[in-house]
Amino acid sequence: MTMTHEPTTAVGKAANFAETRVGASKMVREFGRKIFPSHWSFMLGEVALYTFIILVLTGTFLTFWFKPAMGHAIYEGPYVPLQGVEMSEAFESTLAISFEVRGGLFIRQMHHWAALLFMVAVSVHALRIFFTGAYRRPREINWMVGIALIALGMGAGFTGYSLPDDVLSGNGLRIIDGLLKSIPLVGTYISFFLFGGEFPGVDIISRLYTLHIMIVPALIIAFIAIHLMFVVIHKHTQWPGAGHTNRNVVGEPVLPTFAAKGGGFFFMIFALLGFLSGIFSINAVWAYGPYDPSPVSAGTQPDWYIGWMDGYLRIVPGWLEFYVFGLPLSLNINTALLAALVLFGAMAIWPFFEAWLTKDYREHHILDRPRNNPTRTAVGVAAVVWYAVMWAAASGDLMAVFFHMSLNDMIYIFRIMFFLGPILGFIITKRICLGLQRKDREIVLHGYESGEIIRLPHGEFQERHKPLDPHKLWKLMAYESPRYIPAEPGPDGKISKGEKRRATIAKYFYEDRVAPVTKEELDAAHHDHHALESGSHEAGSRGSIGH
Amino acid sequence: MKLLAERRRHPMALVVLLLVGLLLTGGAYAAFTGTSTANAEEYSASDVEEGEKLFVTNCATCHGMSGEGTENGPGLIGVGAAAVDFQVGTGRMPLQMMGPQAQIKQPQFSEEQTRQMAAYVASLGPGPAVPEDEYLDPSKGDAAAGGGLFRVNCAMCHNVVGAGGALTRGKYAPSLSGVSEKHLYEAMQTGPQNMPIFNDANLTPEQKRDVIAYIKEVTEETEPGGFSLGSIGPVSEGLFIWFFGLAGVIGITMWLSSRSK
Repeated sequence: MTMTHEPTTAVGKAANFAETRVGASKMVREFGRKIFPSHWSFMLGEVALYTFIILVLTGTFLTFWFKPAMGHAIYEGPYVPLQGVEMSEAFESTLAISFEVRGGLFIRQMHHWAALLFMVAVSVHALRIFFTGAYRRPREINWMVGIALIALGMGAGFTGYSLPDDVLSGNGLRIIDGLLKSIPLVGTYISFFLFGGEFPGVDIISRLYTLHIMIVPALIIAFIAIHLMFVVIHKHTQWPGAGHTNRNVVGEPVLPTFAAKGGGFFFMIFALLGFLSGIFSINAVWAYGPYDPSPVSAGTQPDWYIGWMDGYLRIVPGWLEFYVFGLPLSLNINTALLAALVLFGAMAIWPFFEAWLTKDYREHHILDRPRNNPTRTAVGVAAVVWYAVMWAAASGDLMAVFFHMSLNDMIYIFRIMFFLGPILGFIITKRICLGLQRKDREIVLHGYESGEIIRLPHGEFQERHKPLDPHKLWKLMAYESPRYIPAEPGPDGKISKGEKRRATIAKYFYEDRVAPVTKEELDAAHHDHHALESGSHEAGSRGSIGH
Repeated sequence: MKLLAERRRHPMALVVLLLVGLLLTGGAYAAFTGTSTANAEEYSASDVEEGEKLFVTNCATCHGMSGEGTENGPGLIGVGAAAVDFQVGTGRMPLQMMGPQAQIKQPQFSEEQTRQMAAYVASLGPGPAVPEDEYLDPSKGDAAAGGGLFRVNCAMCHNVVGAGGALTRGKYAPSLSGVSEKHLYEAMQTGPQNMPIFNDANLTPEQKRDVIAYIKEVTEETEPGGFSLGSIGPVSEGLFIWFFGLAGVIGITMWLSSRSK
């Protein structure tokens, strides 16, 4: 007979209960000792998660009072400018939530602000992943899960934006209706199917409601689960630093440090949103009034994350509509869907495209500083500029009013920037990155400028450069710089067409390169540091470019 | 003073400075936007006479010696006293400079002078008169009915809460907040700049009063949801969350990931 330890305290008994029923210690060992590196930019995804939790909490509250129906109602509530006005039950119940339910307006505003912040967090998180190269093998699939989450977030946002059935959201739905109808051949059928007849019909609100509170959130939760599972499987990436390798993770364990911080972080985000929602009005549906298809307000815009598609529609020229065999082909409308497809598609295939270009199929767990991969950073900035031009175009009318510009000129400017912006963004960013890399080289080889001026015996003044501490030196030296790999013959000894094409593109992208400082260079620099000549190290760094 | 100097590098100093700046400009803005109203009345012969003198010295260059119009300005025969009261009373006339449309500025003439010019222009031919006080009292209007009219007739240019909006080639529909009841009525009645005319057959005086009641209700009511961020909807909300929301988030993340020293 073996003696087992019997706990005597209440906590001990509870722990024992958990251990013997669900094997808690195994779970704690597995998850509690996961290591997370600590850096502010690694916490943006957390913000997305926390805002999503807040969205679920506040959204659940709203479902208790919201009536997703388009039945006829006459407003008799406390808001004077709408008393006696005909509206749908959806709009009436939104007004009731805003003016009659205790705390209703606060929760409604919190739900909306949280939605905006969720999309901000998701987007900035995605940018962080992109610019640091965290999407590289083995994380390509998780990168695509993230893209799906962005698209789902847009879907969740748009379906929610449309629910109150006010003038603003109705205008937004009308644009969606137009987009659907512009799809060749099947568009009209899809629109009639979705709206249950001709726009606006009487079904759309209840259908959007099902999408908004069930289908889309369920998908988001499923994808978040996959997303987090992958983070556990792959482990977290880390910044380059002394002791950080491709085979370890340096940071804090989940239990107790990271979990405690995360818990506190959640409540801080909650507090931030509570503050915003208590002080700042958002989506004042009572001011917009109930939807009917006749009024369209000036300054009608979607929420920010849909803005870029709206902006595309605002700048695309009207003459892109053609008649083919008597049937309209509305390229002035449906190419907005194409633009979205291009952006999301390009994001999804980029990791594979980059690996193919650089022939780098290895696993990467150490992040790149954005400057150390000038091409990637430049491509990312080009995409951001393209997005931002469309995004800004959505508010072109407001810019015209507030900055006393001509609305027509604004549209011309955006049309030009739509094509020119990304190109300029690419070239300028790449040059800035290369310049920053050269600066890093200088600092590594010759130390940082100390600000101390010394006077030599023969009268010359010099600034004393001081060597870096080893940690900083490591950060500036230990990185990989992608290089141009010329076309290589395959197993059959021939250079295939695809390989030639790869080499052509890769040459354009990776020919300009600043190589990391090698140990020999560093030793050499230290050796003749006493006879420092500004001319010689200039040549040295220049020689390393273009390899 | 020492206290202030010590704290000037405090992390919250920038926030406090921003707050003070915003409060000052906001307060000053609120203080300088007042409204005034004037009574409509019968004009005497001397009003017309004085008005003609003012017209000849200030308006005739563009509108012609007897209001017949020139290539630089439209004829004013039949535009009525209401048009003069609106254009001169809001400072749009005399025109400060040529442009896509007349800009609002500090009125150049006193109420008395404006009335005299209105009397003169009204004497040139029959046109809409300055509205009677009865139709300018928002408390007698039905804001809900006015809201319906506003959404269908006005919101496409002036925005659904009267925040204003862009028209083509630099023209625009101005914001309606802070515009006096009389000027709102006269604008509907006379259709200044690019605005269509809503005459009495189109919108009756009672309906115009309803519209005014609605505009006053939405532009002057206390905001139930807090600061309205300019009432221009999702654009200002988006800008706000990107600048202040994201700044708040990044501030928190940096604080949480900083090491204790």
